[in-house]
Amino acid sequence: MSDRRYPDEVTEDFPAPPVTFVDREDREIEVRPYDGSEAAYEALVTMYDSFDPADRAQGIPPGGETRIRDWLDAILAEDCLNVIAWCGDDAAGHATLVPDEAAVYELAIFVHQTYQRAGIGTHLIRTLLGHGQTSGIEKVWLTVERWNRAAVSLYEKIGFETSNAESFELEMALRLNDAE
Amino acid sequence: MKVLCGVGGSDDSIRALDRAVDRAALADDDLTVAVVENPDSSTDTDDMVKRAEEAIAEAGIDAEVRRVEGDPGSRLVEIAEREAFDEVVLGGGTTSPMGKITIGPIAEFVLLNAKTSVTLVR
Repeated sequence: MSDRRYPDEVTEDFPAPPVTFVDREDREIEVRPYDGSEAAYEALVTMYDSFDPADRAQGIPPGGETRIRDWLDAILAEDCLNVIAWCGDDAAGHATLVPDEAAVYELAIFVHQTYQRAGIGTHLIRTLLGHGQTSGIEKVWLTVERWNRAAVSLYEKIGFETSNAESFELEMALRLNDAE
Repeated sequence: MKVLCGVGGSDDSIRALDRAVDRAALADDDLTVAVVENPDSSTDTDDMVKRAEEAIAEAGIDAEVRRVEGDPGSRLVEIAEREAFDEVVLGGGTTSPMGKITIGPIAEFVLLNAKTSVTLVR
């Protein structure tokens, strides 16, 4: 999709990980980059294995442990950027930037139902974008179901602009850094 | 069953073609393959016609392959209605590197406008 439109202006500066905060349920949460450890990988498998199927979007996260592991192997690869919101040893949320063919990055964010509506998603996406900014990523895009008003308004608040409204899903885009 | 399979050359449309042909061989469907002009696909229609004819010959069934010009979605809906097809079979969308499934504009149009059942092949 080379005809995707991006905002002309570069977005604000976002905080780079690690970021610590207390959520609206008084839980201490720390957002850190995925460190490649087995413990972090298994914590994500546990989170996605009990993920509410009603929170799936366009087929992800997939259902069943085997498919979850295959999917994680793809999006936790070297060329992707991942941050995890930790509540102690539990993964509460996960956000990822995956490069597509045009060397721009697709964003996705997931917060486990136990941790939703506590402000974690906003910190998680802002920290992921801060991680992307310091890593020199220029453009980010995402798709979101148009009925998902909560998600759309979060993305708008971050600075995403609608880049394609002609499909079932809304496509939104953000300029993270100036062109090289 | 009278089945219309629309293919434009994308990977998912080729999966739809193979599934429709396999099913026609099993269920004795009356299959028509409509090769449409998909602007998002790099495969040209001559190659798709050949691909469809080969799949049909290999399965040993009798099915028509037809070139369809013009806007793919609306032409498929029109053919399905005018010729009383029971079902339209299409590719079920592409998957981004992230793993997200996106349904193409042809399938979207057919889904929303067809009076027949529509099968999207995954």
